[in-house]
Amino acid sequence: MSLFRFLTQRPAAPVARERLQILLAHERVALGPRDLVTILRDELLATIARHIEIDPQKLSVKMERAGAYSTLEIDVEIPCDKVAGAPPSVTQAQASAA
Amino acid sequence: MSKVIVVTSGKGGVGKTTSTASIGAALAQSGKKVCVVDFDVGLRNLDLVLGAERRVVYDLINVAQGDAKLAQALIRDKRVDSLSLLAASQTRDKDALTYEGVERVIGELRNSFDWVICDSPAGIERGALLAMRFADQAIVVTNPEVSSVRDSDRIIGLLDSKTSRAENGERIDKQLLLTRFDSGRSARGEMLSIADVLDILSIPLLGVIPESEEVLRASNLGAPVTINGSAGPAGRAYREAARKLAGDTAPVAIPDQKKTFFNRLFGRRAA
Repeated sequence: MSLFRFLTQRPAAPVARERLQILLAHERVALGPRDLVTILRDELLATIARHIEIDPQKLSVKMERAGAYSTLEIDVEIPCDKVAGAPPSVTQAQASAA
Repeated sequence: MSKVIVVTSGKGGVGKTTSTASIGAALAQSGKKVCVVDFDVGLRNLDLVLGAERRVVYDLINVAQGDAKLAQALIRDKRVDSLSLLAASQTRDKDALTYEGVERVIGELRNSFDWVICDSPAGIERGALLAMRFADQAIVVTNPEVSSVRDSDRIIGLLDSKTSRAENGERIDKQLLLTRFDSGRSARGEMLSIADVLDILSIPLLGVIPESEEVLRASNLGAPVTINGSAGPAGRAYREAARKLAGDTAPVAIPDQKKTFFNRLFGRRAA
């Protein structure tokens, strides 16, 4: 009997993987988004990296809440040799969104 | 430039302290100045794993509160000259640590060491948050086991929101250290695979430490596997993880699967 069960037993790892994927999908939503700012930073980094080579540490994303509106501040430092016709030292891009 | 690393996991018993000691010692053996800091107030163990339990006079809380100078509290390893330990307090209350005090100590450590490695307590309470607070980088220690993976996911969320880097809109690098891995059981579908864990947690891999007898032996002796000259797979894997942490870009070696008769028979089942 136990030999029979041994031969027909399903591997347990795929079950573990599936359970974790379902559980974590729920928990990530319940515990709030995996920090919106982090997600934005990662996606911005990926988008910029497709066009210009930048240092990941030189991209700063901040969100501030003040009363009725929030501001999103994105600060990217781009080495001047990476952009044709850029100002002498460093190119900075700043954006503000309501 | 000095780097501050937090070794964290959420779940207890997965190998944070062993990994802190082993990676710290390996980095120090490469000639870098390394300080390992125990943040587990009340349950300190890094001193024991490093064989320095009888040499602790002053601890992190004494320094953070200004009762002792950093130089008085640092314990220099007798085998690896460039390795120092800052122990946690065993008797004080964990609330004795403040963010300001810890920030000042970490700042001082940055001035004297190339690597500052903070051993986090388990859980997601204040102690764990303090350990990660001022880190530049994190090593997330995970076992291929559902509860450990779930807790690691939670810790990754905290690293992305509660650290000082995250709050300043900067990035905190997180790398996975998979410990107690058994390639045979994984190949047979009995244990989550490396790919499964990476896929679920989606952070890059720092290393895979195989389940190995030498790890228990090392803590029995108070000599991390990277110090006691062990040529076993865990020692090798920790040395490699340390090299990777220091910037080596070689791909992570996956521990060999033991070619036992049983593995050969069943190894393909879950491939």
